[in-house]
Amino acid sequence: MAIWLTKDSKVIVQGMTGSEGSKHTRRMLAAGTNVVGGVNPRKAGTTVDFDGTALPVFASVAEAIKETGADVSVIFVPPAFTKAAVLEAIDAEIPLAVVITEGVPVQDSAAFWAHNIAQGEKTRIIGPNCPGIASPGASNAGIIPADITPAGRIGLVSKSGTLTYQLMYELRDFGFSTAVGIGGDPIIGTTHIDALRAFQDDPDTDAIVMIGEIGGDAEERAADFIKSYVTKPVVGYIAGFTAPPGKTMGHAGAIISGSAGTADAKKEALEAAGVKVGKTPSETARLMREVMS
Amino acid sequence: MDLFEYQGRDLFERHGLPVLGGGVAETPQEARAIAERLGGRVVVKAQVKVGGRGKAGGVKLAADADEAEARATDILGMDIKGHTVHKVMLAETADIKDEFYFSYLLDRSNRTFLCIASVAGGMEIETVAEEQPDKVAKITIDANEGVTEAKAREIVAAAQFPAEVAEQITDIAVKLWQAFVAEDATLVEVNPLAKVGDGRVLLLDAKITLDENAGFRHPDHEALVDQSAVDPLEQAAKAKNLNYVKLDGEVGIIGNGAGLVMSTLDVVAYAGEKHGGVKPANFLDIGGGASAAVMANGLEVVLSDPAVKSVFVNVFGGITACDEVANGIIQALALLGDRGETVTKPLVVRLDGNNAEAGRAILDEAKNPLVERVDTMDGAAERAAELAAAGK
Repeated sequence: MAIWLTKDSKVIVQGMTGSEGSKHTRRMLAAGTNVVGGVNPRKAGTTVDFDGTALPVFASVAEAIKETGADVSVIFVPPAFTKAAVLEAIDAEIPLAVVITEGVPVQDSAAFWAHNIAQGEKTRIIGPNCPGIASPGASNAGIIPADITPAGRIGLVSKSGTLTYQLMYELRDFGFSTAVGIGGDPIIGTTHIDALRAFQDDPDTDAIVMIGEIGGDAEERAADFIKSYVTKPVVGYIAGFTAPPGKTMGHAGAIISGSAGTADAKKEALEAAGVKVGKTPSETARLMREVMS
Repeated sequence: MDLFEYQGRDLFERHGLPVLGGGVAETPQEARAIAERLGGRVVVKAQVKVGGRGKAGGVKLAADADEAEARATDILGMDIKGHTVHKVMLAETADIKDEFYFSYLLDRSNRTFLCIASVAGGMEIETVAEEQPDKVAKITIDANEGVTEAKAREIVAAAQFPAEVAEQITDIAVKLWQAFVAEDATLVEVNPLAKVGDGRVLLLDAKITLDENAGFRHPDHEALVDQSAVDPLEQAAKAKNLNYVKLDGEVGIIGNGAGLVMSTLDVVAYAGEKHGGVKPANFLDIGGGASAAVMANGLEVVLSDPAVKSVFVNVFGGITACDEVANGIIQALALLGDRGETVTKPLVVRLDGNNAEAGRAILDEAKNPLVERVDTMDGAAERAAELAAAGK
C-alpha cells in the first residue's frame, strides 16, 4: 500500500495535449499508471494516442470525473494558466491535484489555496513546482522516474526533485511505499507535516526520509509535529548549509531572509525532535540503512 | 526582486498613495536640478538595498539646491555595508509629528498574506516586536477577500492608530493592498508612515519586493532591475536562460535540479575544508533536460569565471539519461573549442541514475585529458576540491 496514490487511482492530465503534458502522460502510462484521460476545452471530444492507448480529451475536470471516475489530476499547464486550472480542479472536488508547473506567481498559489480552504478543503493539492507523487509498482502522478526503485517500506517527502531521485536510488534495495515531492515554492499545498502524518498512519510504511532546504520554517514546524505525533523513525536531510543569505537558490522559496530559514536552524530543530540528520545525501542514506536493518 | 526606495515611491504615486515629491539623481548636478524643482529644501537619501543607511551617514538634510548638490557629492560613491551608492533620492522635507509602521507581506507558514501595523514607526519593526510586542498588530489577510474597507478598519483598530488619522490610514490600507496585488508584490513595507504638521498621513519610505515569477504579467518590471548590481557572470548566464548565482569560491558547479545543486555546494564546501578552504564558485542548475547546447552554455559561463580552478559536474539522471549528458559534456567541450575558447581547467564528472553506465563509458572512450570521472558525489566533490586547491 501507499499514501494518497494507489494502483486504483484514476488519473487525468490537465494540459495532456501540450509538449510536457504529453511526454509525461506517456511516461506515466509506461509506469503502469491508470491514466484515464485529459482536459483541454479546445480539443474536447478528441482522443490522443499514446503508444496504442487512446485517451479521451474532456472539456473540463468535472466532465472528466463524471465520465471516468477520475480521482487524481496532474497539472502541466503553463504558469499563466495554472491558477485557473487548479481552481477548476478544486471546484470539481477532485480528491488530489498534483501541480507540476514551475514559475507560478505566489499570489496565484495563495489564491487557489484560499479557495480550497473556502470550499472545505476537499482537494489535496501537491505543489506547485514539484515532481509529483510516486507509489512504486502502483502508480505515478508526475515526473518522478518510475524505474529508480521498486516498492518497499520507506516513505519519502521532499522539497527537491533530484534529491528525491538521489535518495530513492541510494535506497533502492529497500524500496519505497510512496515518495512525495512537495515542491520548492514559498506557498505550497501539501506540506512536510501532511506527508509525515500520512506516513505515520500508513501501515505499510516503516520509516520516513524527510528532505528540506533553506527558506521558510516548514522544517522547524515539521520537527515540532514529529515530536508530538510521529513514532516511526525519521531520517532527515537539509540542502543549503553554505548558501549565502538573500540569494534565491533555484527554487523560488529557497532563500535565507536575514537570519531566518537557515539550514543550521532546521537541522537543529529536527535533531531536537530525535531526527537523525545526514550531512550529505549519502550519509542520509547510510543513516536510513541503519534504521532499516 | 527588491526595489530601491525611489522606485517604491514612484510605484506608490502611480497607485494614488500620498507621498512627497521626489526624484532620483546619479550625479550632484542632477541632484541640484531636482532640488530646485522641489523648491530647494530637500532630504538627500542614499539608494541602497540594505538597512541602516541613516546611521551610516547616507541620509542628509539640505537647506537649498547648493547644499543638495554638496550632500549628493558626499553620499554618491559612499560604501554602506558593502553596497556602493550609485544613486541618491531627493525628496521634499516634511514636518513629522508622528511615525507609524505599516506592511503587507507573504506569510509562508500560513500560506497567505499578513498585515503588520504599529503605532511605533521609524525604527526596526523587529526591535519594536521585541521591546513592545503589544504595539505590533498582525492581521491575516485572506488572499481572495483581500483588504476591503471593513478589513482596513479592522487593521486600524487592531493597531490602535489614533482617531485623527484613522480615516486616512483606512484609505491607505485599501489602496496599498490594491497596489500590492496589482504589482504582484510579496512585500510592501512603509516605515515610517507619518503624520505631518498639516495633519496629512504620508508614506515616507518604501521597501518593496516583487515576485519574479509574475514577470509575465508585468513587462514593465524588467526596467526596474538594477543593472549596476548584477554580476557580469550572472548577466551572461541570464542571457542564456541559465539559473546561475555567483558565489565567492574556486570550484565551479554544474548540476541538475535546485536541491541537488544546493546539496553539491555543501558537499564541495565540506570537502574544501580539507583542501585549503576552497569553496564553490557558483550555483548553476541546468534543469531536467540537459542537452549538449545547455551544457555548453553552462560550461562556458562557469569556465569564464577567472576565480574557477576546477569544475564539478554533478548529474543525477532522473528523466535525463546520463549517456545524453555525457555526450553533452564531450560535445560542449568540442563546441567551446570551436567557439575559440581554450579550456584548460579540469572537470570532475559524476553521473548516476538513468543510463549511468552508458554515460560513464562515453566519458571513458572520449579520453579527454581534462575530464575525470568519479562515481560518487562525495568522492567527486573531494577530487574537485583537491584539483581547485592545486590550481590556486
